[in-house]
Amino acid sequence: MNAVPIRSGDDVVRVRQLVRTAAAENGLSLVDQTKLVTAASELARNTLVHGGGGTATVEVVKSPIGRPGVKLSFNDEGPGIADIDLALTDGWTSGSGLGLGLSGARRLVDEFELNSKPGAGTSVVVVKWSR
Amino acid sequence: MADYLRDHHDKIVGRWSELVLAQVRGRTSLDEVRRELADLYSLIVRVLSDADDHAAGELRAALDELSRSRARDGYTPRETAIGMLALKEAVYEFVADTAELVPEFLVLSRMIDDLGLRTFEAYSAAREQIISDQSTSMLELSTPVVRLWEGIIAVPLVGTLDSARAQLVMEKLLDELVATSADHAVIDITGVPTVDTEVAQHLLKTAAAVRLLGAECTISGIRPQVAQTIVSLGIEFGDIATKANLADALALALRQAGMKVVPVA
Ligand SMILES: Nc1ncnc2c1ncn2[C@@H]1O[C@H](COP(=O)(O)OP(=O)(O)OP(=O)(O)O)[C@@H](O)[C@H]1O
Ligand SMILES: [Mg+2]
Repeated sequence: MNAVPIRSGDDVVRVRQLVRTAAAENGLSLVDQTKLVTAASELARNTLVHGGGGTATVEVVKSPIGRPGVKLSFNDEGPGIADIDLALTDGWTSGSGLGLGLSGARRLVDEFELNSKPGAGTSVVVVKWSR
Repeated sequence: MADYLRDHHDKIVGRWSELVLAQVRGRTSLDEVRRELADLYSLIVRVLSDADDHAAGELRAALDELSRSRARDGYTPRETAIGMLALKEAVYEFVADTAELVPEFLVLSRMIDDLGLRTFEAYSAAREQIISDQSTSMLELSTPVVRLWEGIIAVPLVGTLDSARAQLVMEKLLDELVATSADHAVIDITGVPTVDTEVAQHLLKTAAAVRLLGAECTISGIRPQVAQTIVSLGIEFGDIATKANLADALALALRQAGMKVVPVA
């Protein structure tokens, strides 16, 4: 549950591994594990590339009806996102990516919450429930 | 068959457990094996009796989970698969004398074969995960470009495809393409655990470069869970051919080269 730093590409790999382990241990199917790990990969890389580095936390949570899930939070104190709707548009990128990371990650998880303000950093929290 | 299996639950599960235990003696107890197998057994009975649509999915999930834990505990793929396949022997011992059950036994037997194969998949996925846990050192691994056939080369990727590695792969592949005057390149991603937008972008760029050299490019080894994830992410491979496995990619390349594999005589 401790925050792990995201400062390099190796850290992104490490976050993926942590998420994969948590997802496997909490009964997510192989497909759901893969989806969550991929979402984590996108969000961690955004934290690194656009947010200038930050942290990730991996938590095990329980839904109101008692289903286990894995909750991930990504935080940075980078430039923030001025137009959130635009950032969540498929294919929109401020750099040279595919512009699918953020919008794609949202489709890969069950819950998605993005908070960002220009100058105040960015936080993304996602949850995937076991079925 | 479902009724028969249900009625003889204790005897068959007992025999099945003994057969499995004989293969993995010392590493687990009869009670433990019996408990694991009894779960699978009930699910198999549910699937065979067509009672509900969830059973098949639950059976696959339970089998995957068991195979994963076998992989983590250091069992071999063979020991893992036998855990499933031994059920055939156990059932056969009981139905052998009952002629009217034989056709149904064949159906069951085919189903067990499929499940046995499935343990390999889950097992290797788990091993892959163990491998990817060591991924920092995996990054260093060299990337061999292999010749599959006259004019057809392939690069099997294993591990994490970051920018540095993707660059290396692209250079080697293009060099090899020119050096061998191959006209078909296959990039196999069976061993890449996560295909995200970064990996996809590298694959797309490499495929585009291959085509600029006048060759065809196929991406193979897209596992079902990876395919579903790619679709949700919204990544499109456009008109680049993609195949589930290397064998299919080779067949496609051969076909495009005007060749056909036929049985001898
Ligand atoms: N943590 C962040 N801090 C600041 N800006 C961000 C952050 N995350 C995303 N953005 C902005 O949102 C845009 C869209 O993000 P998205 O991940 O969809 O695309 P991308 O990162 O540019 O490309 P890719 O498809 O390779 O991920 C980014 O180009 C960037 O401008
Ligand atoms: Mg991104």
